[in-house]
Amino acid sequence: MIRMRTIEISVGAFVLAGILCLVFLAFRVSGVGVGSTAGTYILKAKFDDVAGLRVRSKVSLAGVTIGRVSKIGVDSELGEAIVTMEVSQDVNNLSVDTGARIQTEGFLGGRYVSLVPGGEDKMLVNGDTITNTQGALVLENLIGDFLTKTGSK
Amino acid sequence: MLRYLRLLGQWALDWIGALGRATMVGFWSLAGLPRRGDVMLLIKQIYAIGVLSLIIIVLSAFSIGAVLALQGYTQLARVGAQESVGLGVALVLLRELGPVVAGLLFAGRAGSAVTAEIGLMKATDQLSSMEMMGVDPLHRIVAPRLWAGIISMPLLTVIFNAVAIWGAALVGVEWLGVDQGGFWGGMQDGVELWDDIGKGMIKAVFFGMVISWIAVFQGYDSTPTAEGISIATTKTVVYSSVAVLAFDFILTLVMYGEFK
Repeated sequence: MIRMRTIEISVGAFVLAGILCLVFLAFRVSGVGVGSTAGTYILKAKFDDVAGLRVRSKVSLAGVTIGRVSKIGVDSELGEAIVTMEVSQDVNNLSVDTGARIQTEGFLGGRYVSLVPGGEDKMLVNGDTITNTQGALVLENLIGDFLTKTGSK
Repeated sequence: MLRYLRLLGQWALDWIGALGRATMVGFWSLAGLPRRGDVMLLIKQIYAIGVLSLIIIVLSAFSIGAVLALQGYTQLARVGAQESVGLGVALVLLRELGPVVAGLLFAGRAGSAVTAEIGLMKATDQLSSMEMMGVDPLHRIVAPRLWAGIISMPLLTVIFNAVAIWGAALVGVEWLGVDQGGFWGGMQDGVELWDDIGKGMIKAVFFGMVISWIAVFQGYDSTPTAEGISIATTKTVVYSSVAVLAFDFILTLVMYGEFK
């Protein structure tokens, strides 16, 4: 018969191990606290094509992730997509002529929004819309264009 | 013709009766108010059910994580996407494989032991002697085992997931040379705290409940003979394994599916 003390200690260690593993999963695996959600501001951008972009896609500046896409809507009058982004408060000095492009990570990777810094003195603030945009490069359209061009020769 | 109909009716009545008795056992063990000394009983059962299952859980988790990384790597490397192996392994483990495999192992390792123990107690008239002494066996014997299962399963699942992901990282990053940043970064980008880890935990708690409920009921309801205990133990493992897999599908459908 194992003594009660040993049992209690091992149960304590078991529960502690469980909690530590949960902390490991939360921080190391799901990345809570990486790119903290605390202190973000909203930016919007209108694109003519956002094919492949999803909610939670990255928003990056010079290759560094500075935010996430929080909503993708559509402006039915103009036929444009409106992408709402949450950008970290640390990057609050983006000028009003900042450009936004949709790019692809690697050859098969996911789509993300890449911000290109501008030169104006006026800065973008919470809720502003980026107008200088370039939509997703859709491979099928490119191939289609290429085929019609070579066909008409 | 009428005989077969009668057999079917008998079978259905037996089944409904068992379900009713199982509900009563489950309800009356969980409904009892805690008394002094209950914590000690519970701790002892968490030790027997949870701590002693750790070895099989950790060993299996490591093998499964390592194998997933190896298989994922060979397939993904063909299209040059070997960095996604971290994300793939983590999602598969957290959402499905962690709770399900931990549940199956738990049913085999702990559920069968609980059934055999309670069954033998019944066969040797320990349960009836308790009743004669005015001690409620549902409270004294069944309830701590039920709670211990409900508490242990999520803990075992969390440990399973962490060890498996660690095993995958060991094979993927250290051995096969997947870029460390891509491996962990891809995982952090794709894994959500609530959607993946939280919902996986809900599954684990649910499985813990179902498995320990089946285990204590099969023991409590067993025929008090050597053969009866062997049948009850087999039934525990079979029923809880099937229940884990079936409920996994239902829970996935409800939590992740479009069905809302």
